[in-house]
Amino acid sequence: MNGFAALVRRELALSLAQASDSAIVVLFFVIAAVLFPFGIGPEPNILARIAPGIVLATALLAALLSFDRLFNADYEDGSLDLLMLLPMPPSAVVLAKCLAHWLTTGLPLLIAAPLVAAMLRLDGAAYGVLMLAMALATPTISLIGALGAAIMVGARRGGVLLPLIVLPLTVPVLIFAAAAVDAASGGLSARPHLMLLAALLLFAAVLTPVAASAALRQAME
Amino acid sequence: MDQFSGQGVRCVRGLRAVFAGVSFALAGGGALILRGPNGSGKSSLLRLMAGLGRPDAGSVQWNGSAIGEDPEAHAARTAYLGHSDAVKPTLSIAANIRLWCRLRGGTDAMADAALAKVGLQQRAALPARLLSAGQRKRLALARTIAAPAALWLLDEPVTALDSDGIAALLAAIARHRASGGMVVVSAHGEIALPDAATLDLAAFAAELEPA
Repeated sequence: MNGFAALVRRELALSLAQASDSAIVVLFFVIAAVLFPFGIGPEPNILARIAPGIVLATALLAALLSFDRLFNADYEDGSLDLLMLLPMPPSAVVLAKCLAHWLTTGLPLLIAAPLVAAMLRLDGAAYGVLMLAMALATPTISLIGALGAAIMVGARRGGVLLPLIVLPLTVPVLIFAAAAVDAASGGLSARPHLMLLAALLLFAAVLTPVAASAALRQAME
Repeated sequence: MDQFSGQGVRCVRGLRAVFAGVSFALAGGGALILRGPNGSGKSSLLRLMAGLGRPDAGSVQWNGSAIGEDPEAHAARTAYLGHSDAVKPTLSIAANIRLWCRLRGGTDAMADAALAKVGLQQRAALPARLLSAGQRKRLALARTIAAPAALWLLDEPVTALDSDGIAALLAAIARHRASGGMVVVSAHGEIALPDAATLDLAAFAAELEPA
């Protein structure tokens, strides 16, 4: 377990040294969401109606920007060999990377989400659920993205292919997260949607590290 | 005494068998030098020894059991230095080595001692992007030997090193062997390891077998 904590610290130190990477993701999130009022017009009712979907979909797209380097940076400079040779299971290495990725990408998106939602005139009653839904959706996106990044290690044009692999897998997350916020702004219970989001998170937390480490081992041979 | 050995190891890259029938044995304090022309599979054999991939035939064993049976135990006793130096240019020299040292169960003091051995301790606070190729190699070397490991696998460790660097490397290897450690080194040029066995991979070049 000490190794796990040390690995998370390594990843955080590397992200901190390149803090602009995280800033770019959050800025992309804000700017992409701002495009919608420009495109659709400032009609508050329409914006409030589509705000949940826009916040979740643009957060997902923004997160995609960050997966390209998740394993490839370590693959290119030889660090990935050493990570696979740590005295811990490769799936623990993947999980540590996902945790660090969430802390440096998912968490900033989570914090920026209410700001973006306010810009889109999201119903005041829905903010609590928005934060909950983002808190459950962003780690799931980190895990699924890590799987895509592991499959793409060493692939030519991996950065372009990655969204094609990751986006379809994240559709359920988008559906239930947006539905939860939608339900809350309509005065309905968001509970069933949040439960399903939590189930997706648990499912991803168990399966993706195993699958990603298998993909990484394949890339090492 | 610990025993590291390989029997009839064959390696296939793509559709081409690189080598076949390679056997070796190392006991505590032993050293093995891998030789052979470019493409003869020195790096591939070192990767198999480290546990990055499995041999296509034959086996690599530690004390008689295949290393694939308990990869974590093998990883814990192995220090591997590959072609790429795995140096992160954005981190300081000290951070580069300390983060890895902690990951392998070492301490910051061990990391600093290893930096001193390769003569980089005065520059420890500088970002690693300022290092020259030879200094990066020294840093990679220090990282490899910082945390204790019974088996060192060094792929072309003398490339880009100056004579001081090579002397530091040989001194570190001598200390490691004196305390019962093993080392496998691939090299093109001369490398002065007393009582080292030599394995010339050119002799094991395999023919492509019909599928």
